[in-house]
Amino acid sequence: MLLGRTANGLYWMHRYIERAENMARIVDAGLRMALTKTSDAPEEWSSVVVSAGVAPGFTARHGSVYNADTVSDYLLRDRDNGSSVASCIEVARSNARMVRTALTREAWESVNEAWMTLRVTLEKPIHESDLPPVLDQIKRLTALMRGAFHGTMLRNENFNFARIGTFIERADNTARILDVKYYVLLPSISYVGTNLDNYQWESILRSVSAHRSYRWVYDVEYRPGNIADYLILNGRMPRSLHFCYRNIVDNLGFLADDYGNSPQCQSIAHKTLSTLKGNSISQIFEFGLHEFLSGFIVQNNRLAAEIGETYNFD
Amino acid sequence: MKPFDEMLAQANGVRAPYETLKKWLDTQDPAKLAQKARDAEGVFRKTGITFAVYGDEEAAERLIPFDIIPRIISGHEWRRLSQGIEQRVVALNTFLDDIYHRQEIVRAGRIPKELIANNEAFLPEMIGVKPAGNVYTHVIGVDLVRTAENQFYVLEDNARTPSGVSYMLENRETMMQLFPELFHRVKVLPVETYPKLLRQSLAAVAPEGCKTSPTIAVLTPGIYNSAYFEHAFLADQMGVELVEGSDLKVINGRVAMRTTQGYQSIDVLYRRVDDAWLDPLTFKPESTLGVAGIMDVYRAGNITIANAPGTGISDDKAIYSYMPEIIEFYTGRKAILENVPTWRCSEPSSLKYVLEHLAELVVKEVHGSGGYGMLVGPAASKKELEDFAAKLKANPGNYIAQPTLALSTTPILTEAGLAPRHVDLRPFVLVSDRIRITPGGLTRVALKEGSLVVNSSQGGGTKDTWVLDDYSFQSQSQSQSS
Repeated sequence: MLLGRTANGLYWMHRYIERAENMARIVDAGLRMALTKTSDAPEEWSSVVVSAGVAPGFTARHGSVYNADTVSDYLLRDRDNGSSVASCIEVARSNARMVRTALTREAWESVNEAWMTLRVTLEKPIHESDLPPVLDQIKRLTALMRGAFHGTMLRNENFNFARIGTFIERADNTARILDVKYYVLLPSISYVGTNLDNYQWESILRSVSAHRSYRWVYDVEYRPGNIADYLILNGRMPRSLHFCYRNIVDNLGFLADDYGNSPQCQSIAHKTLSTLKGNSISQIFEFGLHEFLSGFIVQNNRLAAEIGETYNFD
Repeated sequence: MKPFDEMLAQANGVRAPYETLKKWLDTQDPAKLAQKARDAEGVFRKTGITFAVYGDEEAAERLIPFDIIPRIISGHEWRRLSQGIEQRVVALNTFLDDIYHRQEIVRAGRIPKELIANNEAFLPEMIGVKPAGNVYTHVIGVDLVRTAENQFYVLEDNARTPSGVSYMLENRETMMQLFPELFHRVKVLPVETYPKLLRQSLAAVAPEGCKTSPTIAVLTPGIYNSAYFEHAFLADQMGVELVEGSDLKVINGRVAMRTTQGYQSIDVLYRRVDDAWLDPLTFKPESTLGVAGIMDVYRAGNITIANAPGTGISDDKAIYSYMPEIIEFYTGRKAILENVPTWRCSEPSSLKYVLEHLAELVVKEVHGSGGYGMLVGPAASKKELEDFAAKLKANPGNYIAQPTLALSTTPILTEAGLAPRHVDLRPFVLVSDRIRITPGGLTRVALKEGSLVVNSSQGGGTKDTWVLDDYSFQSQSQSQSS
């Protein structure tokens, strides 16, 4: 037996932990890009803001001043930005507090400690030179939260709702990162593979911490088709859309088995997973990468709403 | 006069219950003890055992300071206290039953009619209602103070929604982590059974129609409530759901909670929401913390609410002064535990006395709690006394006054070593098919030197409270003297 509000709290707690981590990765990739000579730093920072999905809020705050200070401040510290790391950790912790009885002591303490630590770290503006250790700390703390959760939680419905939250958020995030940069992946434009293209491609991979593992799976050369394949269709890559959906389908399946029903949300998720399994990357390019990704984002949101509806989140 | 010190009051040295502890303390390195105190704070902060202070935005979540020196009560002392407490909670429940039915005590002229009729804590909605097992107040925290070797007073009976029990439990947990060796030397009665007892106690007063194992839930106002940690803690420890008003709905004459698989009925609701917010259809219409229609379900006998609505009439500070009469009326015996002598300012002669002796007295609001709006005469400035006198004259019925008691002291660890500080004690009592009293309770300590205000909202701290296991205690002192 699980309260709808508790399921909702577990789901959002994990969406926000995931989002905090993604923000750190995106800033990390932006920082890296801005350091390369071939790139136009303000433009890179601006695309970081778009990838984070917070462009209107950023413009309202900083106008069109795109640099390491403004962007990292907005994405990491700004409380008025609901997706900043500071806001995410605050909301994650307040959800954790709300569902305290559904968490193990270790899981709760890891969130509480992350909140206490980051409150200090993110209290004052961060100088560009201090960014790497701060980003590192954020990634380490989110890893600890995930570890405590995985290591101690019973694999019951609480766990399933938390996992669904993680993967809905992650799928949304990966799809957005790709969609912002979809044009650099299109074969017609970037066929040549200039230096600039290489940096752009690497940046996409860095945003999902996949620039190393890519080489193990594909080739030392970055090829746009492979990058898209890796982040969309590769079932082994933990941030790919395919991987996310396999996990969503699994967790919805456990719930359906437990509850003895097969709700609508399960078939929506199934349908998306079959699309991801049944297509090749060339088919997706043919269909239109941008069209595919924006369709995916809409569908992902629809699934999230349907899950909330089905399980009485509110 | 020097206050009674629970460790050192003995003319020739340490009082018996503290002997082992004192010997152990004398062998400890002060720097190490100080480190342990910091460790304890770390544990509390990490666990998130915090409380909110209303109106204090800076510190939305604060720790209640914890002092690592335990406060010790002998098994012998405890037995007498628990008899007195038991007598008191029986009287409180019988009084509530009477007040909401025949009001024999009023008819007998033992307490004035107006005291009930004009009292905000009296709920006309409860007239004629028979709660399951005839229990009204299921969870009670009786605040006790000590002034001498054999002199304890009841300061107040918290019969509505007393809080603090989670601190009692976490304090013990922390002490056992920090000083395992001490628990080998001193045999202390356990407190950790409290959540289990609470669950059993609540299950035993499920509605009569409830055949299967009852569904129990804890109702909290939510994460912004000052005692939220405790609500979550108790629900977790009992293994029951922690619900908010928004989770609940009346369906087919039952109170039900919204689960991921639809609505499920609740049999027993341990509510930590005040009466006024419980049911917007019956009480405050703007309340979103309660459940619309729960009072109808309750009156129909389809849910147990613990504590019952309307129990405030029994722990009201104006009623408090009548407790000796109330106990005698219902139990036929004199109260084992004494009341603090109390002047009811509503009575002109008392008001006159109180105004004349304001500088010596403690004056409290009849409906206040948490140490807010209270005057400690001896500690107040001339200006504060004058201001308070004006408030008192404007609304005398709102106040009671008591002598400033020389509360006992126990040692705390300060930067300059051990130092005595004033304490009180809140034991927790569970009433249902039988009475369950957890040995010990929450010791609150005024951390400022000389201060008598122990409330956490006013800079008080807490201590672990040890009730000694009598047998081993006796055999130990025997072996020492032989």
